[in-house]
Order: sequence, then C-alpha cells, then structure tokens
Amino acid sequence: MLEIKNLHARVAEEGTEILKGVDLTVQDGEVAAIMGPNGSGKSTLSYILSGRDDYEVTEGDILYNGESILEMDPAERAASGVFLAFQYPLEIPGVATMTFLKTAMNAQRKARGEAELMTPEFIRRVKASAAELKIDMEMLKRPLNVGFSGGEKKRAEILQMALLEPKLCVMDETDSGLDIDALKIVADGVNALRSAERSFLVITHYQRLLDYIVPDTVHVLYKGRIIKSGTKDLALQLENEGYAQIIGEAA
Amino acid sequence: MPAVQETIDQVRQIDVDQYKYGFETLIEMDVAPKGLNEEIIKLISAKKGEPQWMLDWRLEAFERWKTMESPDWARVDYPPIDFQDIHYYAAPKSMSGPASLDEVDPEILRTYEKLGIPLREQEILAGVVKPQNVDEGEDEEGRLTAPNSSRVAVDAVFDSVSVATTFKKELEKAGVIFMPISEAIREHPELVKKYLGSVVPVSDNFFATMNSAVFTDGSFVYVPPGVRCPMELSTYFRINERNTGQFERTLIIADKGSYVSYLEGCTAPQRDENQLHAAVVELVALDDAEIKYSTVQNWYPGDKEGKGGIYNFVTKRGDCRGANSRISWTQVETGSAITWKYPSCILRGDNSRGEFYSIAVSNGRQQIDSGTKMIHLGKNTTSRIISKGISAGQSNNTYRGQVSANRKAANARNFTQCDSLLIGNDCGAHTVPYIEAKNATAQFEHEATTSKISDDQLFYCMQRGIPEEEAIALIVNGFVKDVIQQLPMEFAVEAQKLIGISLEGSVG
Repeated sequence: MLEIKNLHARVAEEGTEILKGVDLTVQDGEVAAIMGPNGSGKSTLSYILSGRDDYEVTEGDILYNGESILEMDPAERAASGVFLAFQYPLEIPGVATMTFLKTAMNAQRKARGEAELMTPEFIRRVKASAAELKIDMEMLKRPLNVGFSGGEKKRAEILQMALLEPKLCVMDETDSGLDIDALKIVADGVNALRSAERSFLVITHYQRLLDYIVPDTVHVLYKGRIIKSGTKDLALQLENEGYAQIIGEAA
Repeated sequence: MPAVQETIDQVRQIDVDQYKYGFETLIEMDVAPKGLNEEIIKLISAKKGEPQWMLDWRLEAFERWKTMESPDWARVDYPPIDFQDIHYYAAPKSMSGPASLDEVDPEILRTYEKLGIPLREQEILAGVVKPQNVDEGEDEEGRLTAPNSSRVAVDAVFDSVSVATTFKKELEKAGVIFMPISEAIREHPELVKKYLGSVVPVSDNFFATMNSAVFTDGSFVYVPPGVRCPMELSTYFRINERNTGQFERTLIIADKGSYVSYLEGCTAPQRDENQLHAAVVELVALDDAEIKYSTVQNWYPGDKEGKGGIYNFVTKRGDCRGANSRISWTQVETGSAITWKYPSCILRGDNSRGEFYSIAVSNGRQQIDSGTKMIHLGKNTTSRIISKGISAGQSNNTYRGQVSANRKAANARNFTQCDSLLIGNDCGAHTVPYIEAKNATAQFEHEATTSKISDDQLFYCMQRGIPEEEAIALIVNGFVKDVIQQLPMEFAVEAQKLIGISLEGSVG
C-alpha cells in the first residue's frame, strides 16, 4: 500500500529540515501506529503524505501502490484514496456540512471518471454512516465544523472518511481533545472501516487510543527518523517506560 | 453542490479572460451625433414623441448640470470623462416602438436568447403554462433549487430603447402597469408627472442630473392599491453600440397595500474603450406597500490590465413614503470597471422598514465604491444592512454607508453588518460608515469583519478531493449565503454561478 523511502523534507519557506530519512512500509489492510514525542515530525509526515505545499521533499520518495505520488496535488491524492483526518479540522462558514460532503464526494468521483451521486443515494449513504457514528442529521445542516464541539469535529472527520471510502487513512492525533465516550465512538467508527483493502496510519502521542484501535505494527518517530518498530507491545512498553529509554537505546 | 460544479464547468468552457456576454449584435442602428447639448436633448425628446412638459423638464436639468462638477469623494480613480465624446442616443433602426414581438429585429431577439431571456417563448407561454408543482425552497443540503418553470415579465432595453415587454396583457388584468417609461410618459402623464424626480430630485447629483436631461428609456411600474403583483417583473439592460452611454430611468410606484418584486440584469459587449452607464432608479412605497428590488449587475469589467469596461455611476433611491411601508434592495455586483452606487432608503413613513443586502465582487483591476444610505425620518423606523465584499486580483472594494436619524425619528433602529473577504495579497477592502443620530432614542449597531481565505481552509478542502478553484467558489458561496437567500430563486442560482465565474483566475 505505502512505501516511504529515505524521505527527507523541510519547511519550504525557511528550510528547517524536519524529516531526515524516514523509512516505513505499510501493507494492505495493516494498521500502523506512529508514536513519538512532541516535535519529532509526526504531523509533518501526515501533511507530506497528503501533499501540503508548505513542505518540500528534498530526498527520497513516497510510493503509493507502487507509484510515486510526490508530483500529485492534494486533491489528486485525495481522489486516488489518500485521506487525512485532521488534528484540528477547519471551519467553513456558511457551507452546510451536507453540501460539503456532496461536493467532496462528487469531486472525487469526477476525478476518477465516475458518474455523480444522485441525491437520494447520497442521502441514504450519509444517513447510514451518521447513524453508526451517532451523528444527528440536524448537525449536518450546520456549516461544517462551525460551532462544533471537539468531539463533534472528530466524528465529522470520521464521517467524511467513511463516506469517501479512502484506501489509505492517515489519522493525526485523532484522540486529542476527546473524552473517553467520544473516543470509543470514534474508535468504533474506525474499526468498522478496517478491511483487507484499507490501511491506516494512526499518529498518536498516547497509547490510550491504541487500546481501542489495536494496531498491527507500532513505529517510534524521533527527530525525523523511525528509530524503532515493533508490535502493539511496543506501545505498552512506551507507556510504562516513557520515550527516554527507547531514545537512549537508539542513540 | 451542483451549482458550484456547474460554475466550474462553465468557467472551463470559456477562456480565462473571456467575458461570457462580450459578443456584439450587428444590426443597423440609428445613432444621434456625439455630444451633449440642447439639440441632442430636443432630438431625444422628439424621437420619443414626448409632450412639451417633459422636454422642459429635461432642458431645466441640463441647465443645472452645466453648473455642476463630477463628484470626487469616492475611492475610485479614472481619467476625466469627455462628456462631449459620447453618443446619447442609439436605437435599432428597424423599430420605432414595436406593437408586438413580431416587429422586433430577429437579431435582437437572438441577442436576448443568448443572454438567457427567451422573450418570444415567454410571450407564447403566457397564460398557457401555469407553475406546475413548483419545487421551490431548499433541498436537503440547504442548497437553493430553482423552480422548473417560473414566469417573469420582462422588459428588455437595448441601448436607448425598450424592445419588448412580455406578459403585458396578464398584468393589465391585475391592474399593474409595466411598460417602457417612454410609453408611460405618453400614456400615463399624471402618474409620471406626480412621481418622476420626487425621490431623486433633478439637481440631486452630477450623474442624476445628467440622467434627467438625457435619459432614453427604462421601465415604469405602477401597482394599484391592494394589488399583489402576480409575477416577478424584470428588466434586462444591454449596451450594444460603441461609444454609447446608457442612461435609463426606472420609476416604480407601489400604491397603498400593494406588493411588487422587481429584478434587473445588465450586460454589455467587450470593448477596449470605457462606456458610461448613468442610471436613476426611483421607488415609491405608499402606506403598507412593499417593494423588493433585486439587481444582478454584470456589465463588462474590462480586461486583466484594466482596459475597457463600463463606468457604472448609478443613483438608486427608495422612498418609504407611507406608514408601514417597506423597501428592500438586494444587489449582486460582479461587473463594471468602476462602480459608484448607493441604493438608499428614505424612511419617511412611521414604522417603515428599509433593507439593503449586497454582494460586491471585484477582481482584476475593478474598483467598487458602493453601499447604502438609510435615512430615518419617521417614528419607529427600522433598517438592516448586510454587505459582503469580496476582493481579488488587484481590485479595490469599498463599502460606504450612511445611517442617520432625524430629530423626530424616535426609536429608529439600524443593524449594519459589513464583511469583507480578501483573496490574494494585492487587493484592498475598505469600510467607511457614517453614522449620525439626532434622536436620543435611536439605536444603531455596526459590525464589521475582514477575513481571508486561509491556506489551511483551502488545503482542507483539497485534501477532501475538491480542486482549488472549486474550493474557492465553495468558500465564497458560504461567505455570501445570507445575501443569496434574499434573492428570488432563479436569480440566486444565477448569482452563485456568476460569483464563481467572476473569481476565475483569482489565485494562481
């Protein structure tokens, strides 16, 4: 699914190097967790995967289903199946959430040469996904993310993920700002989407989320490189010992 | 959101720099010599078969005009206009007042068809097709949907003359008078004499005075007491002839307890030189009457370098003359090289209400100085102003608004909200409010915001698969939603598309 090879990247404007040779492979259907202390480059990695032009790749490559995606813009990557669940979802005033969902779904369908979704079919899909995420249809008439609580914003992200049916889901600190009930709803939503054809890259600071979304592999990102990889037990080890121990080993 | 998708498709179909309505109609024209003088005014008056009182009125305005100077207080910049280098009258040769559509030059009918106004069809359908199961309102996503069939009576003005007015018979049945003002001067002189110049006096301002001297055509509407006008009334203005100014005059009177909704649309061919449009619109609402006036202004804005385009210097004013009367202005301004326009309300009657809803989009080198005046004179008068300015390219967009309460205007209330949205780093947005309360019980509120489409918002939309230009159109349509909702349904859909097209190429 995803193959990151010796990826070096810097902030386009001022040149600070953030990623210094990331190597990572994610198989079809795999849930890979990326953990690491603050400032290790976790969020940067998510932005570079989704094509944000504030960052510049200086070396290495990102292969998605065997092909480099570095030349594709964010909308093209999205249409090919890359989805980023934002740590801080943006507000779009005056644009009803339903309108946004339909615009996004049809833009992707159009890019892939598929016919536009007719309204009844669209409504049917939204109703089904919203019910699973315990989202009230009334909320979807409100402008996207405007006045949404932290939990509502994150659920709206997962709703978009469910409707857009991506192949590679990158989730950036999805657990931040969620209480335990909201976290369970979000995790259930993600688990329902797990399949042999869909991979996840779950970026998180804490092990807590991984109790609910159980990963196949865990990778520790530190100072722009993956310094250790393992199974879900690695996350537990981090929880008990902190990052210092592993950083010490790697140094 | 198909409206947005359609916008994009439409934009793709035309070249980046191409104005959709930029075509020219080649027909034989009857054009008066250039220049503004007594002879020209007499010629216009004679062409229209006007009575002496009208000619006298014009000549008096002309005498006034010669003593006046062009206003310079607006935040717009343009070289001095040579008023002697303009044709003040141009009319298609084949017609001197058509009795029916059959007498109208087919070229003109084709022009209006290109503009999306099937005059002929509407005439044929008149009285035959009833609005069937009209699917109005919002669909489940809160998007505006257009009714399948809508009936709008249209008066089409081509350069200096009105070429066709549809649905005349049906309107007559309801007692509504809707005709070119040149006809009204002949057929209803008592009404025209009573109301013309009663809202915008002859000497009001430089351009209004000029219009009073040389106005050529425009629409006249009279709705009798207690009548709710059975359909939307609409005028389509088209400047075609080169070096021609358009000076239309519109007069709408809603008698006691009546209601009328009026729409106005404007386009012009693409030309290198600037063309002048100096119109006057007067609205009079008597006791308990309501007038809704909507404009979608899409005059040619000039090219990317600012060459060509219409100078739009317009005086629009409504007089809430009677108690409990109501006037609302809704405008979508996307065209013109320069816009100088302040649709206003004089709230004379007690408990009267004035509203102004505006979307002003500027791109390229366009300059807009627009806003409103709410003059509270009567007791318990209320007004509401919602202005949304969108600036892109190297344009400048100014909101200028005056709200005042007279000493006798007890309990006057105003709410003003001015929001500006900037796209790119080379454009400007300015807000200039004038607020004056001479009555201690008046309550005026003013809110203003300026925002920019952020890179974060754009990235977010693109990450969901929405291409950049479609994302901008989506965000902008969200920004202007409050105002779009005030437009009649078929105009709202049109306006959404137009805004998308106007912002084409605004990021790069």
